[in-house]
Amino acid sequence: MTAAAPARPMRIGLSRDDLAMRAGLVLLALWLILTLALPLWSLLAKGFQDRDGNFVGLANYITYFSTPALVQSALNSLKVSLICTVIVVPIAFTYAYALTRAVLPARWLFQGIALIPIFAPSLLPGLALVYLFGNQGFFKKLFGGEIYGMDGIIVAQVFYCLPHATMILVTALRTADARLYEAADALGATRLRVFLTVTLPGAKYGLISAALVVFTLVITDFGIAKVIGGNFNVLATDVYKQVIGQQNFSMGAVVGMVLLAPAALAFVVDYLVQRKQVALLTARAVPLVPHPSRGRDLALLAFCGTVAFAILAILGMAVWGSLIKYWPYNLSLTLSHYNLAAADASGWGAYFNSIEMALGAAIVGTAVMFVGAWLAEKTRGFGAMRGLVQFLTFLPMAVPGLVLGLGYIFFFNAPGNPLNVLYGTMSILVINTVAHFYTVGHLTSTTALKQIDPEFESVSASLKVPVWRTFGRVTAPICLPAIVDIAIYMFVNAMTTVSAVIFLYSPETKLASVAAVNIEESGATATAAALCVLIVLTSATVKAAHLLADRYLFDRLQAWRRR
Amino acid sequence: MNLFLKRAAVGLAAIAALGFAGSAWAQKTRLTVYTAIENEQLDPFKKAFEADNPNIEIAWVRDSTGVMTARIIAEKDNPRADAIWGLAASSVALFGSMNMLEPYTPAGSAALKPIFRSGKSPETWVGMDAFLAVLCFNTVEAAKGNKAKPTSWADLTKPEYKDSIVMPNPASSGTGYLTVVGWLAAMGEEAGWKYMDALHQNVAQYLHSGSAPCVQAAKGERLMGIGFDMRGASEKTKGAPIDLIVPKEGLGWEMEATAIMKGTKNLDAAKKLADWSASKKANELYGKYYAIVAHPDVKANPPNYPADGEKAMLKLDVEWMAKNRDRILAEWSKRYDGKSAPRAPR
Amino acid sequence: MAGYLEIRGLVKRFGEFTALHDIDLDIAEGEFVCFLGPSGCGKTTLLRAIAGLDPQTGGTIRQRGLDVSSLPPAKRDFGIVFQSYALFPNLTVHDNVAYGLVSRRKTRAEIGRRVEELLALVGLPDSGRKYPAQLSGGQQQRVALARAIATAPGLLLLDEPLSALDARVRVRLRHEIKALQRRLGVTTIMVTHDQEEALTMADRIVVMNHGVIEQVGTPQEIYRRPATAFVADFIGAMSFLSGTFEAPARVRVGALAFGVPPQDGLAAGAAVQLCIRPEDVQVRNLPADAANRVAVSVAELDFVGSFCRATLDAGAGVTLTADFSSNLMRDLGVELGRRLEIALPPDRLRVFAA
Repeated sequence: MTAAAPARPMRIGLSRDDLAMRAGLVLLALWLILTLALPLWSLLAKGFQDRDGNFVGLANYITYFSTPALVQSALNSLKVSLICTVIVVPIAFTYAYALTRAVLPARWLFQGIALIPIFAPSLLPGLALVYLFGNQGFFKKLFGGEIYGMDGIIVAQVFYCLPHATMILVTALRTADARLYEAADALGATRLRVFLTVTLPGAKYGLISAALVVFTLVITDFGIAKVIGGNFNVLATDVYKQVIGQQNFSMGAVVGMVLLAPAALAFVVDYLVQRKQVALLTARAVPLVPHPSRGRDLALLAFCGTVAFAILAILGMAVWGSLIKYWPYNLSLTLSHYNLAAADASGWGAYFNSIEMALGAAIVGTAVMFVGAWLAEKTRGFGAMRGLVQFLTFLPMAVPGLVLGLGYIFFFNAPGNPLNVLYGTMSILVINTVAHFYTVGHLTSTTALKQIDPEFESVSASLKVPVWRTFGRVTAPICLPAIVDIAIYMFVNAMTTVSAVIFLYSPETKLASVAAVNIEESGATATAAALCVLIVLTSATVKAAHLLADRYLFDRLQAWRRR
Repeated sequence: MNLFLKRAAVGLAAIAALGFAGSAWAQKTRLTVYTAIENEQLDPFKKAFEADNPNIEIAWVRDSTGVMTARIIAEKDNPRADAIWGLAASSVALFGSMNMLEPYTPAGSAALKPIFRSGKSPETWVGMDAFLAVLCFNTVEAAKGNKAKPTSWADLTKPEYKDSIVMPNPASSGTGYLTVVGWLAAMGEEAGWKYMDALHQNVAQYLHSGSAPCVQAAKGERLMGIGFDMRGASEKTKGAPIDLIVPKEGLGWEMEATAIMKGTKNLDAAKKLADWSASKKANELYGKYYAIVAHPDVKANPPNYPADGEKAMLKLDVEWMAKNRDRILAEWSKRYDGKSAPRAPR
Repeated sequence: MAGYLEIRGLVKRFGEFTALHDIDLDIAEGEFVCFLGPSGCGKTTLLRAIAGLDPQTGGTIRQRGLDVSSLPPAKRDFGIVFQSYALFPNLTVHDNVAYGLVSRRKTRAEIGRRVEELLALVGLPDSGRKYPAQLSGGQQQRVALARAIATAPGLLLLDEPLSALDARVRVRLRHEIKALQRRLGVTTIMVTHDQEEALTMADRIVVMNHGVIEQVGTPQEIYRRPATAFVADFIGAMSFLSGTFEAPARVRVGALAFGVPPQDGLAAGAAVQLCIRPEDVQVRNLPADAANRVAVSVAELDFVGSFCRATLDAGAGVTLTADFSSNLMRDLGVELGRRLEIALPPDRLRVFAA
């Protein structure tokens, strides 16, 4: 250091930490571009080409918008997504409200049951609904009309989306300041008024988030629509028809792009809304502990009981279905459908591949997502790169898996791409799954990082401690619960994902979720149900292990949280 | 990435082990074969071929016809498959027109029935077996509703079958397309569309795969399904109360074919596969699963197939089918797809 | 001799908003300086610019003669304590204090000794094995302080270190921090919005408002001779009377006229604010020839404990406040509506252009 520095510097120099973090951020951006942006583009670009690859401008789009049946699918997609949102959010809110604001017996049980649908491939509710309400279903009369069509999609989607919305809303409702409620009580506000003026506004951002997540999940999912959608066409099945039915990638890309629009819009809205959110919980907030209130608790217990029963009924039906010899003509029970080797050449291999893939996605995904979010959050300056990363992390939630999967073929299998050595390996399945589920992991990391003191890095800079040491000794340990949550989220989703990986597996890397779809298509419904049940059991076991570990093991590691 | 490093290490160790195991092992060729044959056929086919070709090992990539076709086209610039063994001939012919196949006339292919050959010289693909879009009719449900058993396509438009029929959506399924093309071929375009207008009133649902209609009929979900005969036969074998009906007007059909991918690094092995696939021995194997096979001397007699399917096969012009696909699907979608379709209220 | 810290022409902009306008400031070695001002005045921004945490838009900072303006925080020499303390919650008190020592190639034993010494210094000799969450706010504050001084930095930066504590702990810690600073002789800058804190702790106070320095001076100077109306208003209590300046040394307030010390730079007829502190209003033993006598009536009385703060009405809308001791209240029988004769000593009057 010399005194001969410039007189009026406008830029601050970069420490070694800064350089390392910026390099890390560049690497992250590169990773996201390679695993997300470029594959997506290599498919979406086909929307501007004819089948022979000649550039045709917007011709495909013009065709699309002048085909009434295709436009009808777009309207159907919007309709069904909106209806599901309107149904799921109030149910999830009431359920979450009961979990956080009422005195419920066996609260942990209700919390666990609400998670079950997340462990299930989207094939499961479809199969279960056919068993329950199909033309041979046990409760066909109860349902009245046809299960195949919009009604079926809605019921299955409600099952499938409920845990996503409930988790968001539990988080939103948990962060309440008891003092606000005491103040409202002191002012003699009625319960309704307290609810309308304190509870609802407090959960506003959670509600908006939950609504957008449900909307996006419904509009991009094709698994449910394919099994139980009947003649009700939606955008996601249109992509399927164009790409799988007719190998028309150009039109598939157009539909994919159209599908991207509402989902992308939803996420921009979410982003803008969340930006305005200020921390509700100040350091002095007093956590709200619900007091017993007989009437309210009983009503909410009845409600949760009903919802939990419905979830268990759907799962139970799938379990039962997997045990029935030949439905509906021979209802005797058998375990033979669990003999996977008989139904699929890869047999149990697919199941163990899935576990390997899910572990890989959990480890690699969690590492990339958490370190990435930390870099995006903590790198000083470098705004443009952080903005780019931020944008890229929002993208995957809006992308239908089918679109991403095909994009991967076009990008990773291109002869000139040195990355094409990855094609057909387990690694590409892991990479694809990490990219596909990036958004939630990134958001969870960011939320966790925002909750810790923003000055840790300043302190370590002043103490001349390299920033990575503070990351390893302080930031990561503090965020451990969030990190484990992300890992489990990745594991669970990797176990059930189908739409993207169906194009990418090789002879050695076939996955259980894909096998389930194949088996169902070949008519072995019971075996497909059996495989779905195995997937649910596996993920549920992992989650249960997490809860137990949380209780008995992490508790010791987290002694510092106790006062 | 530990897991993958480990996997790679295991792989290397395996390769090393093979090296030590001797020269016979070292020369074993791994042939990546893309297919859409049924899951339960994968193992017997692989074993039978490998028994005759001990130096070649088959690595299957199997998915439904649509997914496999989309994947092969998407991989066009850098093909990953060495050969195709058991994929719809219409898809394989499409690859041929895209110049993706290695022309090769398998030994003994001249002996096969003429429609089971590409007709090019040398051949681009060779057929294995044919499957039909038949009618799977659930007898238990019929008895419950006191419904008569249809014998012709024309019967299906009777009002008693309202909402009782499922068929594959031709926009999602090759089986669906060949069914539609079959009607247009048998009745002529105008009458064909008129027939489908009438049939549409009775169709409960257009499904997304060629297997699904017979599965739904087998499980009593619907009274009858128009679909893939092999699926109907296998469901019947498993105990489903269905009859497979060959409507008297004749029906659409599709073949499964074998072909070699252009640019394969294992051309010799792939040729061996093509030769074997055209052999009588292979056709005997196909005959265990399919009623109609390519070799004229093989009498296939798998259980539960309709007796006279082969005679009912309509004369289809494969090239015409490919050329008119977009037009027919657009017309079909306009008429019947989704809510835009005019349909009598339930 | 140049100061320990020299700040020249420092500017900080956030987009359109200018948070710091052209700041010049010198701080001597070993000095305890407080940045004082209302929230949003730029005091924290200035502190963070000195640390390099939020780099300035322009201007230079020299520390011990070295230009540090463009150095990242890790290359500057300072220790810092934040309002939130930013203690690492998953590390024990010992590990928190040792955090900056570990990377300095010291043996475990050396580090252990140093940490014990530091904890003793801040009055927490036996708390090394506890976690921060098990300590009170005041104790956490001490740990943060120990951690900041552990590496013996040349400059100690304190960002509102006491504002999260309750009143009694705050008063006690003021003295402890001040004593510690004297003992270590470390140059210290503390940001605060609490004038009492600044007045009791600082060697010099830098009063800031809207991104500019209003005044720099010792606590006495700031209190006795506020340089601007803002400082006069912000520090301590002050009555403001609006009037007009009459040369050379008189201010007219309505019907009243007050003699003031001679003013430079004020034109006759200029609108001015006449200021006096409540404790400077004379009411007892007025000499017969006392200047600036005014007849007032007691309009309001606020009991503040040791004294009463009275609002006095001088008629024609002119009011001012005065502090009356309990003795005085009793002796003069002060009560609401009581008429009094007071005097405003000219040397205690301050005049600011309005």
